[in-house]
This record gives sequence, structure tokens and C-alpha cells, in this order.
Amino acid sequence: MSAENSVLVEDLSRIYKIRGAKKHETRELTALSHVDLSVQRGELFGLLGPNGAGKTTLIKILTTLLSPTSGKARVAGFDVVTQAEQIRSRINMVSGGETSGYGLLTVRENLWMFAQFYGISTRLANERIQRLLEIVEMTDRANTKSADLSTGLRQKMNIVRGFLTDPEILFLDEPTLGLDVGASRDVRHFIRRWVDEDPTRTILLTTHYMVEADELCNRVAIINKGKVLACDSPANLKRDLRRESIFNIQVEAPDGYVFSKLNDLAGVVRVDVTPEDGYTQLDLMMQEESVLSSVIAEFNAHGLHLRSLEKREPTLEDVFVALVGARMEEVEHAEPAES
Amino acid sequence: MAERQAAQVPSNIVRRSFAIATWLGWKIESNWTDPFLFAVYSVIKPLAGAAIIVVMYSVVASGNFDTPYFAFLYFGNAFYQYVSSVITGVSWSIVDDREHYRTLKYLYVAPIRFQYYLLGRGVARILAGTFAVIITIAGGVLFLHVPLNFAQVDWLLFSVSFVLGIVVLIYMGLVLAGVTLMLAHHSDVVGDAVASAMFLFSGAIFPLSYLPAFIRPIGYALPVTYWLELLRRSIIGSSVESFSSFGSLTNLELLSILLGFTLLFGLFSNAIFRACERRAKEKGLIDQITNY
Ligand SMILES: Nc1ncnc2c1ncn2[C@@H]1O[C@H](COP(=O)(O)OP(=O)(O)OP(=O)(O)O)[C@@H](O)[C@H]1O
Ligand SMILES: [Mg+2]
Repeated sequence: MSAENSVLVEDLSRIYKIRGAKKHETRELTALSHVDLSVQRGELFGLLGPNGAGKTTLIKILTTLLSPTSGKARVAGFDVVTQAEQIRSRINMVSGGETSGYGLLTVRENLWMFAQFYGISTRLANERIQRLLEIVEMTDRANTKSADLSTGLRQKMNIVRGFLTDPEILFLDEPTLGLDVGASRDVRHFIRRWVDEDPTRTILLTTHYMVEADELCNRVAIINKGKVLACDSPANLKRDLRRESIFNIQVEAPDGYVFSKLNDLAGVVRVDVTPEDGYTQLDLMMQEESVLSSVIAEFNAHGLHLRSLEKREPTLEDVFVALVGARMEEVEHAEPAES
Repeated sequence: MAERQAAQVPSNIVRRSFAIATWLGWKIESNWTDPFLFAVYSVIKPLAGAAIIVVMYSVVASGNFDTPYFAFLYFGNAFYQYVSSVITGVSWSIVDDREHYRTLKYLYVAPIRFQYYLLGRGVARILAGTFAVIITIAGGVLFLHVPLNFAQVDWLLFSVSFVLGIVVLIYMGLVLAGVTLMLAHHSDVVGDAVASAMFLFSGAIFPLSYLPAFIRPIGYALPVTYWLELLRRSIIGSSVESFSSFGSLTNLELLSILLGFTLLFGLFSNAIFRACERRAKEKGLIDQITNY
């Protein structure tokens, strides 16, 4: 194992046993299926996937909270099953979207206490607490009992707790979940800055926000139904789509026109249809630009009137669509997968 | 970077796990209400518990408190309060941290020794338990003529038995903590359930000989039974022997049995806890929140 690998995952699977309604009935749910992954030291690595993809499960395994069903995982060079103790002193973890902490302690006390558990001196802890609270604009709340904080501020406190111990590897599970737009942006900036400050720092974060993965991460693994479908830098992932052409089209269609017919045209990868006032917005992905002519021909044949047509750059969303065949929101609203 | 390295001196892990957890436990126990109510509660609760026993006894014995049996029962009940305060003290924070504060996973990810964290979290409850025992005994001596003569107390026997008992209860608490960790549901009642169940079988309020013969072995298998007997013998000496569950055994024999239990629990409780921990990790229970 190379010392430069902060995280190394090989053929990792995790199956949950779920007790069914009847007494002896147990179902098996594959949350991770033969995952291979490596995160280099100094990287800000993103796991992008819809609800239920297995992101949290992977984080839990890497932070030694959950045993794998099969396969291997190493963090900072240590095995997650047999060398959990060595791992714990080198990592920290934050789950977004939840409010944890001792409500009867102040923000400062909560943070100081966790720093103590990591053996950080009070002096150093106080320095870091001060600096981190400044960054998240919570200095005036340092002496507030955490029970009296809003949910968003409690989440920020939790995020500070993660950075406070200056871990070698920091695991962030949906760090901006539930934060408002401004706070999310601040947290993202801070995450990026923290990794850039010191080349030995590594972050593995999960997200289901495309933009977050795109803007923030050096590399992204796209994960769905427990499988890693692609893993590369956002630019490379998008470049792989370059053969495909994506157009934003506005058309006025006669009543009763069925847009899903467009999917049957040869070369059309997918069409997203959004009805607007007086016209319809289409997001059309095609295997190549030449397919556009058959789309236009189809419009002409059925009396659709073209209002505007604009080519756009691919996004990670498109990458996901190309890999999975559906948009992430659609996958999230579908029934959870089971095996 | 140097700072990061300095953060990992393993010899400090045990100390800081225990010390910081003690601080936290104290904050939690003393913070749930204002100090005046806390003090009142700390006095009222043990006395109310004792009052129930006293009323029940007075109905049966038509108000005659001046008997060796009453002393037997009163001290047994008073010290029994330790059983639940130590056992739940050590195991309770699993539920509290997992369900209420939602910090259990963060504590598990931190480089602490969890067993010592649990013990630290229990210290405040153990001290509160000590206070309850003292209040109960003082109330009995002052108002009910419970015999207590400091000059007659066998302090050596008392101290040694007392410490062994507390240690064995801590080990039992650790086993219970392991069980709690593995239970996703109803884990909050486990400690109290175990403590209540043992109340009847451990000779706390009546000698084992009052129990049907087929139930007695349960009592003999519990270290608490020997502990209570030793404490009573050390405090009120011969006057309890007529109600003793172990008339034929000497103090030293009883003490050896208690020591044996302590060693046994010391050997196995940690292994049991670790096994439960492993199981909880396999089942994904460390951060399982039930919200019921
Ligand atoms: N403790 C558990 N017991 C049973 N099934 C579980 C458990 N935890 C997760 N699962 C299931 O495993 C699958 C993966 O869940 P996981 O939480 O890892 O997904 P995720 O990518 O983090 O999703 P989300 O975006 O919702 O957080 C889901 O189908 C989920 O229902
Ligand atoms: Mg998740």
C-alpha cells in the first residue's frame, strides 16, 4: 500500500439484513457492491450519488463505525477492521443535516470537550476554536448553550468540531445539507481553503448536489445503488461526454403533442420536458449534433414552432444521466432498490 | 504538523477519556434543573423509596421498628440504591449519547477508550447514589431508631467489601452497556430492569431463605447478594445473623466469594463489552436512532 493513499477501498461490499414484517423473514439489502476506490493524500474527493446510493454506508465503514460485509478498506494505511484505533487518532467525521451536541454545554464547551478527547491542549484548542468560529461567523455565540442555537448554527458548530482536531483525513457526509444558500457557500469555501492550506490534508465528502461536487472536488466518484459508476476529475468526467450534444430548446407545440415521442428518434439520449407559460422548455441530449436535424424535421412534421435553440456545456448532472439513464431526482423519487 | 503528532500520546488516552467524561457527566447530572430543585430531589427520592419499604414493613410488623429484621431490611434497601446508580450510571450514557445528544458516533470515531468514558460518565451518578445512601441511612437512624453505632462498625470489613462491591457493579454496568449497545430498541429501560429484577433475589429486603428453594440459586449466583450481606455484617454485626442468608459462612469466606466474583467479572466484562461492540458494528447500531 502506498503511503500516498489516504483511503484505499478494494472490492468492498456491505449488505444490511432487514427484519421483515413476519418473524423469521429477513431481507437483504445491498448498500455497497464491490466498490473499488482510492483517495490520494491532499485530495478533496467527492462521492456523488442520490439518496440511498450508499454514501453514508461507505463513510461509516471508513470511520470504523460499521463493519464491511466483505472486501478491504484502509484509511491512512490502516485496516478499518483490525486497526481501528490507529485510524481514529488520524481522522474526524461530520454528518450534515443533523443536530448533535450537548445542549446544556455552550458552543465553546462542546468544542473544547471534543478537542480534549483528541488530546489537544486547552490553549491550542481555544486558539483554534476562536479562529474557526470567526470563519463561520459564530464568535458571538461562543458562550451560548448549544440548545439555544438554531438548527443551522448547531450544524455549523458540528462542522467546526470536525476541523478542530486538524485531522489527517476528514470525512464529511453531506456537510451542507439543510444549510441556507449563503451558509452552504461559506462552508464550501472553507472546505476548499482548508485542503489547500496544507498538502497533507485530505477530505472525503459525500454530496448529492452536482454543483458542490463540480466546484469543490479534485475528483468525484459517481455512485448509484451501491456501485461506483465512474471516478475522475469533474472536467474529465464532463469531457467524456463531449461526443454528446446538449441543447436547450424552447418550442410552441400544438395541443396534444406528445413530447416523449422524441425519445424514439435515433440518436436521442434523453429529453427533459418542462411546460412553461405558452411554450415548452426542452433539455435535449443527443449522441451527436447531427441528430438535431431529425429533431427539427420531427418538429416541422407536427407543426411545432421553434422559439429558441441554444447549445450548452455538459454538467455533472449530464454525466449522471449518461451513466444511469435518469436524472438524479428521478432516481431519488423512485422506489429504493433491493436485492 | 508537530501539533498533530503531539495530539496522539496514547498513554493519556485512558486518563483523558475518564476525566473529560466525568466532567461531562457532572455537567449533565447537575444541569437538568436548578440547584435547589436538584438538592430537594436528591433528598426526597431516596427517602421516598425508603418510606415505601417502611410502610410495607409497619403493616406487617404492626409498627414495631425495634427489631433486627427491620435493621436488616433497612440497610439492605439503603445500599441497594447503589446497584441501580452504578449499573445504570455506567451503561446509561450509551442511550443518552445515541438517542438524545446524537454524539455516540462522534465519540466512537474519537481516539478515546470507551470503557473509561462510560465509567467517567457514571461518576456523577455514583456520587449521587452515595449521597442517597447516606441520606437514607441518616433518615433511618434519626427517625426510625435504626441501630448504627460507629464504634461497633467493622470498618476494615466494611471498606474492603464496599470497594469490591462497587468494582463488581462497575463491571456489571460495562456488560450492560455492551448489551445496550446491541439493542436498538428499549435500550433505555435495560439498566433499571436489571436492577429491579435483582432486588428480590439478592436478599436486599428479605433473606434468601424466604424464597422458594428453586429460586434461591439465582440469589447465590449474584455478587450483590454477598456484598449486601457483608455490608450488613460489618455495620450491625451479630444482630443480623439470625436473618442471614449465609448463616454458616464466615466473613472471610463471604469476602473470598465476593473477590472471586470481582475477578471473574473483571476478566469477562471487558471481553463481553468488546464482543457486543463488534456485533453493534456489524449490525450498524452505533448510530441507530429509534426516535420512539
Ligand atoms: N442500518 C441500516 N439498516 C438497513 N438498511 C440500511 C441501514 N442504513 C442504510 N440502509 C440502506 O442502505 C442503502 C444505502 O444507504 P446510505 O445511507 O448509505 O445511502 P446514502 O447514499 O447515504 O443516502 P442519503 O443521500 O439518503 O443519505 C439505502 O437503501 C438504505 O435504506
Ligand atoms: Mg447519507
